[in-house]
Amino acid sequence: MYGFVWRHLPGNTAAKLVGMLLLLGLAGLFLWYGVFPWLEPRVALDEVTVG
Amino acid sequence: MRAILRTIGELSITLGVVLLLFCAYLLWGTSSYTERHQRLLQQQLVAEQAEKTLGKIQLGGAVALLKLPRLGATYKYAIVEGIEDEHLRQGPGHYPGSAQPGEVGNFVVSGHRTTYAAPFNRIDELEKGDDIVIDAREARYTYKVTGTKIVEPTEVDVIEPVPGRPGKKAEKAVITLSTCHPEYSARQRLIVFGTLAKTEERDVI
Repeated sequence: MYGFVWRHLPGNTAAKLVGMLLLLGLAGLFLWYGVFPWLEPRVALDEVTVG
Repeated sequence: MRAILRTIGELSITLGVVLLLFCAYLLWGTSSYTERHQRLLQQQLVAEQAEKTLGKIQLGGAVALLKLPRLGATYKYAIVEGIEDEHLRQGPGHYPGSAQPGEVGNFVVSGHRTTYAAPFNRIDELEKGDDIVIDAREARYTYKVTGTKIVEPTEVDVIEPVPGRPGKKAEKAVITLSTCHPEYSARQRLIVFGTLAKTEERDVI
């Protein structure tokens, strides 16, 4: 999976590394601001009220 | 075959990292949301204190400031009216229909223990006799902690006007704080009880 991405990134090793970090960063941001806020209310970890 | 195994391995590691990131989000990411709304609620309280006539507190509005000196001089949270998810994300929430601050009956407040800035993370450290200061718009009410209890989530007795005595008419002003217990779990509830000890009126300008 990561090998596939690595082979398709353009440029030399340094450029590939930058591209890879950029992609991972984007994925992280998408999770943090998109997926997690949606997911959080669906896992009841911190239920505080009675009844 | 090897390629498939490698892909499964990579996916598993990725999933693990994503789960760790989600934990980090729950613990720290949710706090910034609460801090933003706390600033707004606290501004709302200051603005309303300056008004001549105090209007009814709307759902989602600021009720009072909660201070717990035992947890540090800077411990300060604005209590929001309402106990739905959307309210509790903003700060400790007051049960609509339970007593108002200082009023005879039970002033019930719930707050998050681990997520959303975790306002009630350390209320297990409160001891008998500790102050629970409620700075409402019209006065400062100081409650004294009378005890703590761990209950099942179904034990709604604790939020009755007289905690533990359903149906009984209230004669005293009491406070009940509730949060989840144990930490990181929704299995039980930690309850802190208090009784009104002192009222200091505030001059409305």
